Amino acid sequence: MKKDVFKISPCFEDIMPQEYIELVRENTSPFDNNQGVNGLGGGKELIEEHPLCAGCGLALSLRMILASLPNPEDTIVVGSTGCSAIAFPQVALHNIHSLFGNQNAVASGLKRALKLRFPEKTKDIVVIAGDGATADIGLDMVMQSWFREENITTIMLDNEAYANTGGQESGMSQKGAVLNMAPTGKKFSKVSLPEIARESGCAYAGAVNPSNIKRFEKMVQRAILVAREIGPSYLQVFAPCPTNYKLRPNETLIKAKSREKDNTYPVKEYISPTAQEFLNKLEEGKHNG
Amino acid sequence: MIDQKVVSPEYLFFEAPREEMFITGSEAVKEAVKRANVDMAISYPITPQSESMHLVGDLFRDGYLRDYYRGESEFAVMSAVAGAAMGGVRAFTATGGPGTLRAFEAFSTWAGARLPIVCAFMTRGINSPLSIQPDTIEMAFMLDTGIIVIHVETAQELYDAILKSFIIAEKTDVHVPVGVFVDGFFVTHTRDKIKVPSDDIKLPPYNPYSAPVPVMDMENVPIRHMRDPFVMKSNFISYACHASWQQEILAAVERSRKHIQHYFGSLIEAENQDAEILIVASGTAVSQSREAVELARAEGINVGLVKIKSIRPFPTKEIKELSSNAKYVIVPEFNRVGWLAREIKASINESDKVISSPKVFGGMTMPPELILDEIRRCSK
Ligand code: SF4
Repeated sequence: MKKDVFKISPCFEDIMPQEYIELVRENTSPFDNNQGVNGLGGGKELIEEHPLCAGCGLALSLRMILASLPNPEDTIVVGSTGCSAIAFPQVALHNIHSLFGNQNAVASGLKRALKLRFPEKTKDIVVIAGDGATADIGLDMVMQSWFREENITTIMLDNEAYANTGGQESGMSQKGAVLNMAPTGKKFSKVSLPEIARESGCAYAGAVNPSNIKRFEKMVQRAILVAREIGPSYLQVFAPCPTNYKLRPNETLIKAKSREKDNTYPVKEYISPTAQEFLNKLEEGKHNG
Repeated sequence: MIDQKVVSPEYLFFEAPREEMFITGSEAVKEAVKRANVDMAISYPITPQSESMHLVGDLFRDGYLRDYYRGESEFAVMSAVAGAAMGGVRAFTATGGPGTLRAFEAFSTWAGARLPIVCAFMTRGINSPLSIQPDTIEMAFMLDTGIIVIHVETAQELYDAILKSFIIAEKTDVHVPVGVFVDGFFVTHTRDKIKVPSDDIKLPPYNPYSAPVPVMDMENVPIRHMRDPFVMKSNFISYACHASWQQEILAAVERSRKHIQHYFGSLIEAENQDAEILIVASGTAVSQSREAVELARAEGINVGLVKIKSIRPFPTKEIKELSSNAKYVIVPEFNRVGWLAREIKASINESDKVISSPKVFGGMTMPPELILDEIRRCSK
């Protein structure tokens, strides 16, 4: 996208809202200055308002993911059915709400189409979907996109439940969790998707939570850059759901931190040798520059 | 290296000199896609469709397409084709029978997102019980997905319909998907003489910026909205938005009438339509009916024949007019539900003159004598 598409028509200048004038004139567009997570709250963001529950970990993570995009002006998000889908209409990127679970298939077609149409340009395709869409109903299409080595980034917003349909257990819920449709507690362990991703051909696979924003940003960027240049990537984001897990809204980050600390949701990062080599070059360049 | 000159659709369809080939229906698909300037095709095998998408794969190898792969299931393929179309390329795929049902959720979203995808449906029995045999029952399911439904009779029509459907699907005032339905095995697996222009010409490329909906490429201003009209909020405005969008898709399908008329000549074809007994059919049931009409004529019974080419939009007005003088309307079909008879009954005033018979299913052929029996009964 050409960034200069944002202009004010002269005859509307005097009636444009102040925030729009700032966006165009004072360069507060999130497409113009790669502000990263540090700039959150300091200007226009790719998502500002959303209808998700107070304290929703998923809303926080989505905001941080969008702030971390290395190339927002040429990034297309493919979502899926779930709580995040309700926030997507508020995202200032082209985004596709696919069906439930088919997000990686849609993203495969989209990525290939944009490669054909813009061979000289970088168009990042980032799938952002919940754990139900990624690890349950859509697992086949998620894994097959990895097998095919599609250049797409898959980010799971893991709230350990089907939240939007009213709190059913998902493949990512912890063993024993009592949730709807698991009235006597979930019978099997949390699916180890980062490991499955690694074995399925992802050049980068990780798990993280939003409690440390610099680390979070770095991992989102790594996932996207690796998918752009090397091969498919997967990032799993722990995004606690206060509503279905009966937390107070201000306990979301405390939960994320404690789960990291007690090792029930450790931070993980697997990088293929080629991806590592690529990232080293990139990150060294950054340090030197 | 393939050197194909872009020509106007009008030239390719109506003017270019044609040569005769003796090929199968599956090969007719290949010949169509070869000249369709398709960017991307995604395939998944299912009998009786597989051969056609094998051949499309060969076209990719030979440089006629820019991308092609085998997806992981029909649902995934229809989803990926949707992604490709939203990304602004001309996309093609084909399926049939149980594959159609496995992918079913996708078709409504194609229409909902106004994607100009062309999909060939090579019909076959649905697994009730397991069958791989010819049957058109899947069309009954597809009628209300919002996609345009064309039903062809021969390999020649299959060839022409695929090419013309891209042009109709991509018209700005239409811009909805087109399903080209062909009776599996009867057309896909048999050889026929078909006429095609030389393969050094092709259709003009798709221009995604002619779409009435934004292409998902971040080349235009991203308003805070997604591709589908967004409706998940529970308030009156979102309900109204969803309702009006659904009506707009129906209206887009309606607007395709004039283009179907132009490119296909008409939505229906009729011969001897003033007869008291009319046979109305679509697909290969038309071929069987034509033979039955001959047999009836030999017995001195006057019978008319109406062939329906477009099922969505349905030629309601035409059928109503044509059948107004008829005493009996016989509707032979290759399925057990008689979906075409239902459509016709709903279109005319005296629905009791519609005879939903013979209905042949389970893979059996339809002897013209079965239709003749109905004609004889009506002529008494
Ligand atoms: S139900 Fe849970 S995941 Fe969904 S919006 Fe509310 S807090 Fe977030």
